[in-house]
Amino acid sequence: MHALGAAFAKPGWVRVGASAARWRVLVAGGPKPGWHGSLKELLAGLVCGTAARLGQCATCLFSFSFCAKVSLRKRAMQRAAALVRRGCGPRTPSSWGRSQSSAAAEASAVLKVRPERSRRERILTLESMNPQVKAVEYAVRGPIVLKAGEIELELQRGIKKPFTEVIRANIGDAQAMGQQPITFLRQVMALCTYPNLLDSPSFPEDAKKRARRILQACGGHSLGSYSASQGVNCIREDVAAYITRRDGGVPADPDNIYLTTGASDGISTILKILVSGGGKSRTGVMIPIPQYPLYSAVISELDAIQVNYYLDEENCWALNVNELRRAVQEAKDHCDPKVLCIINPGNPTGQVQSRKCIEDVIHFAWEEKLFLLADEVYQDNVYSPDCRFHSFKKVLYEMGPEYSSNVELASFHSTSKGYMGECGYRGGYMEVINLHPEIKGQLVKLLSVRLCPPVSGQAAMDIVVNPPVAGEESFEQFSREKESVLGNLAKKAKLTEDLFNQVPGIHCNPLQGAMYAFPRIFIPVKAVEAAQAHQMAPDMFYCMKLLEETGICVVPGSGFGQREGTYHFRMTILPPVEKLKTVLQKVKDFHINFLEKYA
Amino acid sequence: MASSTGDQSQAVRNGLRTKVLTLHSMNPRVRRVEYAVRGPIVQRALELEQELRQGVKKPFTEVIRANIGDAQAMGQRPITFLRQVLALCVNPDLLTSPSFPDDAKKRAERILQACGGHSLGAYSVSSGIQLIREDVAQYIERRDGGIPADPNNVFLSTGASDAIVTVLKLLVAGEGHTRTGVLIPIPQYPLYSATLAELGAVQVDYYLDEERAWALDVSELHRALCQARGHCHPRALCVINPGNPTGQVQTRECIEAVIRFAFEERLFLLADEVYQDNVYAAGSQFHSFKKVLMEMGPPYARQQELASFHSTSKGYMGECGFRGGYVEVVNMDAAVQQQMLKLMSVRLCPPVPGQALLDLVVSPPAPTDPSFAQFQAERQAVLAELAAKAKLTEQVFNEAPGISCNPVQGAMYSFPRVQLPPRAVERAQELGLAPDMFFCLRLLEETGICVVPGSGFGQREGTYHFRMTILPPLEKLRLLLEKLSRFHAKFTLEYS
Repeated sequence: MHALGAAFAKPGWVRVGASAARWRVLVAGGPKPGWHGSLKELLAGLVCGTAARLGQCATCLFSFSFCAKVSLRKRAMQRAAALVRRGCGPRTPSSWGRSQSSAAAEASAVLKVRPERSRRERILTLESMNPQVKAVEYAVRGPIVLKAGEIELELQRGIKKPFTEVIRANIGDAQAMGQQPITFLRQVMALCTYPNLLDSPSFPEDAKKRARRILQACGGHSLGSYSASQGVNCIREDVAAYITRRDGGVPADPDNIYLTTGASDGISTILKILVSGGGKSRTGVMIPIPQYPLYSAVISELDAIQVNYYLDEENCWALNVNELRRAVQEAKDHCDPKVLCIINPGNPTGQVQSRKCIEDVIHFAWEEKLFLLADEVYQDNVYSPDCRFHSFKKVLYEMGPEYSSNVELASFHSTSKGYMGECGYRGGYMEVINLHPEIKGQLVKLLSVRLCPPVSGQAAMDIVVNPPVAGEESFEQFSREKESVLGNLAKKAKLTEDLFNQVPGIHCNPLQGAMYAFPRIFIPVKAVEAAQAHQMAPDMFYCMKLLEETGICVVPGSGFGQREGTYHFRMTILPPVEKLKTVLQKVKDFHINFLEKYA
Repeated sequence: MASSTGDQSQAVRNGLRTKVLTLHSMNPRVRRVEYAVRGPIVQRALELEQELRQGVKKPFTEVIRANIGDAQAMGQRPITFLRQVLALCVNPDLLTSPSFPDDAKKRAERILQACGGHSLGAYSVSSGIQLIREDVAQYIERRDGGIPADPNNVFLSTGASDAIVTVLKLLVAGEGHTRTGVLIPIPQYPLYSATLAELGAVQVDYYLDEERAWALDVSELHRALCQARGHCHPRALCVINPGNPTGQVQTRECIEAVIRFAFEERLFLLADEVYQDNVYAAGSQFHSFKKVLMEMGPPYARQQELASFHSTSKGYMGECGFRGGYVEVVNMDAAVQQQMLKLMSVRLCPPVPGQALLDLVVSPPAPTDPSFAQFQAERQAVLAELAAKAKLTEQVFNEAPGISCNPVQGAMYSFPRVQLPPRAVERAQELGLAPDMFFCLRLLEETGICVVPGSGFGQREGTYHFRMTILPPLEKLRLLLEKLSRFHAKFTLEYS
């Protein structure tokens, strides 16, 4: 035990560690050597630190320093002091571990430990846990979604609300919104799951052919076996063939394809490999703002440096290379920018990048020696007649050998979006280009620790990349179903843009692709003040109110990032057309009401 | 092809730019990760398979992958009821088909009811479908003789591995000598060492006692902990029961002692119990850490933090490909539990088909259900055959000179100790290989049998082992064991 720790390890003495990674405080029976703070300072620290905890004795984990410069809101200080005087204060865990800290909980930390009254401290607490995990935020399933869950339960219990159901427009979950699965896909999956059905006359031959082919490639001819960590061979071959077709003949190598547990898994795996260095040489990862919060969450978890580049809202959320330059130059002062993430079509922006833009980005990555991550999971979701999806891979190859043999690229796709919306299967793949052969080995090793992606998801991926073709029995129905979904989505994209733009104080860029609207909302000053009084971001306040008053669950723009002083929310366009119209109307009414209320 | 390895080395020769991502620039923690179960020997097995397909002559006709506990790849048939329900969930049109039993349909409807849009294709909540969490909690209660389990403490996962990684991730903090240390058994399942390397945590080894059928000895835990305290902050203790790769099944007394130790030393307990259905030896019985903990009463029952893991991949079902699993947490801080949920939510949700499958594993047909008889027969057949194979493996290995094998009390592996002649050890060192890796590579090249060297799991210095699954069908297993024993004899002769 550390000498200092031993000195204080006496019954009745309390050690308080706050925000473990940053500073620790020791309270003894009065001023002692090493005691640099007054009670006031201590309380100030307790209230302002993210949390505090009770300890029995100081073990060797002592990094003792308490001269923290802390500021304190007076009221919180008084509240905390009062609670201490009363000797009460339950430990209420703050959700997501953020600073909505209850003064009571934290003040209770300065009470003396009385073994008969309080249980001993847990090993794993907010203070002792992995600080990088604590720093993670993921708005798409954050506090607002928790609240939505609570409201649903209340509705089930018969509690009266101004609405009858919660509409979860927070996440791109097509089938949860009533979209029907593609018949062919589910037929093949059922055949793979229960091969006795291969004898059934009620399944088309082309579905059986595909099921047999997939099963042939599985260990023991079963979806129940582990696959190779990189994914089932024949599925990787099918993915490569799909990419080649998609990219007009630009070759794809099955060895460069890695099947994953949804695209998220691929993205976090590649980022994990890329992160290294300490201090100023720590890896910087450039991400768009607004972004899909998977990126910021993984960057936090990996303790990498997030480097924001802002998309241009005035210009339909286009990516501007000058902004990339600004961001990278500024970042070079404090980190080593090594990675550039692009989401195209954009989430949450719905923007579809032009070919010219992609070329500029690739040139920039080449110039700055950045590893490119192209999140292309919405590649089938392009609605604007004057937009087209261009894959980074294709553009890279067409830019000639200087680029195509140098720029390192990982591109991601998924079964969750597109026209199939098979989110639950967690199917996905990544294609890597110009990856160092030794790194490929490292990648397979890393993937192998989790054994393999779910084989049923791999099978679903296979059907997505290898759908029925003209002349096959299922082709007609498959095409009809696919077109119907995509046609509907296009209609809903237009509808959403049009309706939002009719509302005073809401402005919505065209939804060129993907599945979301990310309208800008005007929030009156009074509402901003009300939000601040609730310690909420103004758009979080807005979305909470929207949820409480209409049952519509959308995600505040602050969860994705936005220019300071602007406010947005993300809403999916997935509800069926009629329902979507109702939702949009309700948002409109709510917004007008909100403007009036806080005028 | 432009991106092939050949062209890349060409590019380097042509003096093109160095890559952003190289062995040198990559995440050093990832670089340190090792995972023997799918390591170099398995890569070589893949190559050999390829060569066989291309018609290259070998002294064998097929590669037998005894490296991994992958039951169905070894020919085990899926349990009919599980696959029927799953097929109904996948393609609900089948709910009108007369060829499916009613209880399977009922189960499928129940699961679909709990899914968003009544479809396996919707995301579930990140902790898993609520109904399935409830079924898991009920299963645990039944298993533990009525000790209550709270569905809110159950989190579904992508196989048990995912949950283990998540819990370990929460636990890792500190720097230098305050960095989190995690006690793991040696030999261990290499998921643990790999995850600790990736997280930059400190691995603290405690050795299982090979002389006592790989039993866990608490004095060894003390030794390991005391030694570790000098350079890290030990905060967690991992236990694998039934043991992988050892096959050891812990006694109740042992578990009590472990819990007491963890409590006194303030260690978070991780109980990897994925082989809980795989107990074969007469006199051995599976005791869950949760049950023992609760029966020990306060202060243990109310304070000791525990996470226990289970999976659809093992047991009698062997549904590895579906990646179903769960963790139950006991006495975990409520705020930390929320942090865990947040972390899980970043990856959205575990695969929903895997969740559905888990549901069937934790609530199989009841005796009054039409599918009960067949389900029961299939289940018993798998477990009885595994028991026979466990016995056979132990017998055949122990008849071979230079091989000794502890009883395979449970799980799916044998981990026999092999004597390697000094000249073989020297030869291996010349080749820069661990001696048992050398042995296993030679075994693979000459017989097509793929097993994992003990060095991938950890072993006392100077001892050599390998891990082999007992999963091949009985007759095939017999041949395999004999072949392996003969190879060992030949190998010993060659190097003596």
